[in-house]
Amino acid sequence: MATLLEVSGVSVTFDGYRAIRNLSFQIGEAEMRAIIGPNGAGKTTFMDIVTGKTKPDEGRVIWGEKSVNLLKMNEAKIAQAGIGRKFQRPTVFEDQTVFANLLMAVKNPRGSFACLFYKPTFKDRGRVEQLASEIGLSDELDRKSGELSHGQKQWLEIGMLLAQEPRLLLVDEPAAGMTLAEREHTTDLLKEAAKTRAVVVVEHDMEFVRRLECKVTVLHEGSVLAEGSLDHVTANPQVIEVYLGR
Amino acid sequence: MSRPFILRNPSILIFLACLAAFTLAVTLMSEAFGADMISTSFVKTLGKTLCLCLVALAMDLVWGYCGILSLGHFAFFGLGGYMIGMWLMYARTEIIVASSMANAAIPPTDQEVVNAIGTQIFGVVGSSEFPPIWYFASSLPAQLLLVVLVPGLLALVFGWLAFRSRVTGVYLSILTQAMTLALSLYLFQNESGLRGNNGLSGLQNLPGVSASQAVVSIWFLWASALALGVGYVLCAWVVSGKFGSVIRGIRDDEARVRFLGYSVEGYKLFIFTFTAIIAAIAGALYYPQAGIINPGEVAPIASIYLAVWVAIGGRGRLYGAVIGAAVVSLVSTWFTGGQVPSINLGFYRIDWVDWWLVLLGLSFVLVTLFAPKGIGGLFDLVSGRFAPDRHGADYGPDKGSLMEEEGR
Repeated sequence: MATLLEVSGVSVTFDGYRAIRNLSFQIGEAEMRAIIGPNGAGKTTFMDIVTGKTKPDEGRVIWGEKSVNLLKMNEAKIAQAGIGRKFQRPTVFEDQTVFANLLMAVKNPRGSFACLFYKPTFKDRGRVEQLASEIGLSDELDRKSGELSHGQKQWLEIGMLLAQEPRLLLVDEPAAGMTLAEREHTTDLLKEAAKTRAVVVVEHDMEFVRRLECKVTVLHEGSVLAEGSLDHVTANPQVIEVYLGR
Repeated sequence: MSRPFILRNPSILIFLACLAAFTLAVTLMSEAFGADMISTSFVKTLGKTLCLCLVALAMDLVWGYCGILSLGHFAFFGLGGYMIGMWLMYARTEIIVASSMANAAIPPTDQEVVNAIGTQIFGVVGSSEFPPIWYFASSLPAQLLLVVLVPGLLALVFGWLAFRSRVTGVYLSILTQAMTLALSLYLFQNESGLRGNNGLSGLQNLPGVSASQAVVSIWFLWASALALGVGYVLCAWVVSGKFGSVIRGIRDDEARVRFLGYSVEGYKLFIFTFTAIIAAIAGALYYPQAGIINPGEVAPIASIYLAVWVAIGGRGRLYGAVIGAAVVSLVSTWFTGGQVPSINLGFYRIDWVDWWLVLLGLSFVLVTLFAPKGIGGLFDLVSGRFAPDRHGADYGPDKGSLMEEEGR
C-alpha cells in the first residue's frame, strides 16, 4: 500500500516542554488508524503539526505521491491538498443553516472571487442532500446548526469533512459526549469513510477504538510507544504501565 | 432557492421602497422642487445623513459580517472627500481666475493661469506652487478614479500587511486607529499639499453650474440616495451567497474556516478593501454637501462614532447599520445644534451641546448591555424570530464572533 502521509523525526517544544519528541508515523491510502495515549501524550499536537497549525522545530512531514513538504504550506493550502480535520469539540458555524455549512465545505474553488460569483449548481445541491442523508440530517437542512444537539453537530462536522473530499481525515475524539446509539452511528460513518480514504482517529475511549477494528498507535510523552492491533498493544507491558501503572 | 436573490431577501425591496419614498418626500417638500417646507441646509443635512448611512453599511460589512473591528474606516471616507475636493476647488478657482484675468490687456498664458490658481489655493499656507499630488486635479474623470484608487490602495496595502501577520481583535482595532491618526496628523501639516488644517473649502459650489444651492442640494440628495440604494443591494448580494457564509464563518471561527481550505487572509483583504472603496464613495458625496473638509474629519474619534452607530443600529444586519447611522447622526445634529432645551437643575444647568456626548456614550453602553441586537433587533419582535437559549455560549471562539444575544 502506498504511503499517503509520512511524519519522520518530528520534535516540537513549547516553552521548554517537549510535546513531541522524534515522532515518526506513516499512514497509507484507505487505511483506518486509531491513536491512543494518556493526556499530554501529544495526540492533538500531532494533528496541529500535520494540519499546519503548529510548526515543528525539526523533522519532516511528507504528503502524497509527489512527496510534498507540508511544513512549507499554510493551513488553507494543506486543507486544499486533501487533509481534513475534525476538532474535539464540535466546530460548526452555528449562526448558519446546516445547508450553508455543508455547501461551504463541498469541494469547489476556494478563492474569494470564485466564491463571490458562485451559484450552487444542481450537482452541488445534490451532493449536500446526499451528505445530509448519510449523516442523518436530511430534515434539518434549513435549521440553524446552533440549534442541533451535540451529537448532530458532531455528525454535521463529519459531513463537512466528507464534503471536502479529503484523502486523509484527522478526527479528534469523535465520540466524546455522545450517547451509545450516537457512538454506533459515528463508528459506521468513520468505517464507511475509511473505505475510500485514510482516517486517523484520536480517542481516549478503548471501547470505541475496539469497535473501529483497526491498527492502533500508542503515543506516550510525544513519541510512539507501540503499534499494532488493539489486543497486541494492550498486551504490551509498557502500555499497561503507562495506562494503569500511574 | 433558485429565485433571484432580491426575492429571497424581502428586506432589500422594503429598504429600497423606504429610501425612494424618503427621497421623493424630501424633494416634494424642498425649496427647489416643491412646497418649500424644509430649508436647503436641512436638505443638505439629510443628504449627508444618507452618505453616513452608506459608510455605516461598509462598517457593518467589515465588522458585523466579517468580525474585523476596523476603527479606521473614516480615513477612507475622508480620503474620498479630499480626492473630489481637489477637483472641485481647482475647477472653481480656475473659473474665478479666468474671469478676473479676461479683462487684462494681454491674454494670460496657460502657465500664468495655473500660477494664479496656485496662489489662490495655496496662499493660506504661504505657497503658490502646486504639489505633485495635484497633478490630476484639473481633470474630473481622473479625480473620480482617484476617489476609488487612493483609498482602495491604502486599504489593500494596510490590510495585506496586517492580515498577513495575522493581527486580529483589539490589536487590529488599535492598528486601524493608528492609521487614521497618522493620516490625520499628516494632513494637518502644510507640507502635505492639502492646505494643512485649513483643509479644502468652498466645495458646495459646483464649477460651471449656475443653479442655486437649493437645486444643487436636491441633486446631491438624489445622488446620495442612489449610491445608498446601489450600495445596499451590492452589500446584500455580497453577504447573501457562499461568500457571505465564509465571511460570517471568519467572524465566528477563523481557524475552522482555514481548515476548510479557505484563505482567511484573502477574504479579509477583499472585504477590507471593498468596504474602504464604499466608504470613499460615500465621502466623495458627503463633502460637497458639507462644503468643507479638513484633517479633523479623519481624526480617530470619527471612526469610533462609526462603530457606535453600527452597534446601536444592530450589527450583522444591513438595515440595522443604516438605521443606526441615520438615527444617531440626526439626533446628534439635533442635540448639538442647540435646539434641545436645557435642563435646569437649580444648582446646575445641563446644556445638551456639552452633555450630548455623555448621553451618546451612556446609550451605547446601555444598548451593548441590554439590547445587543440594537434598534434592528426590534424587527425581530415583529417577525417573531427569537434566538434559541444558548445558555451563555457565543457563536464562536473568536473575539468578533456573534454573541449569544445577537443571534437570530
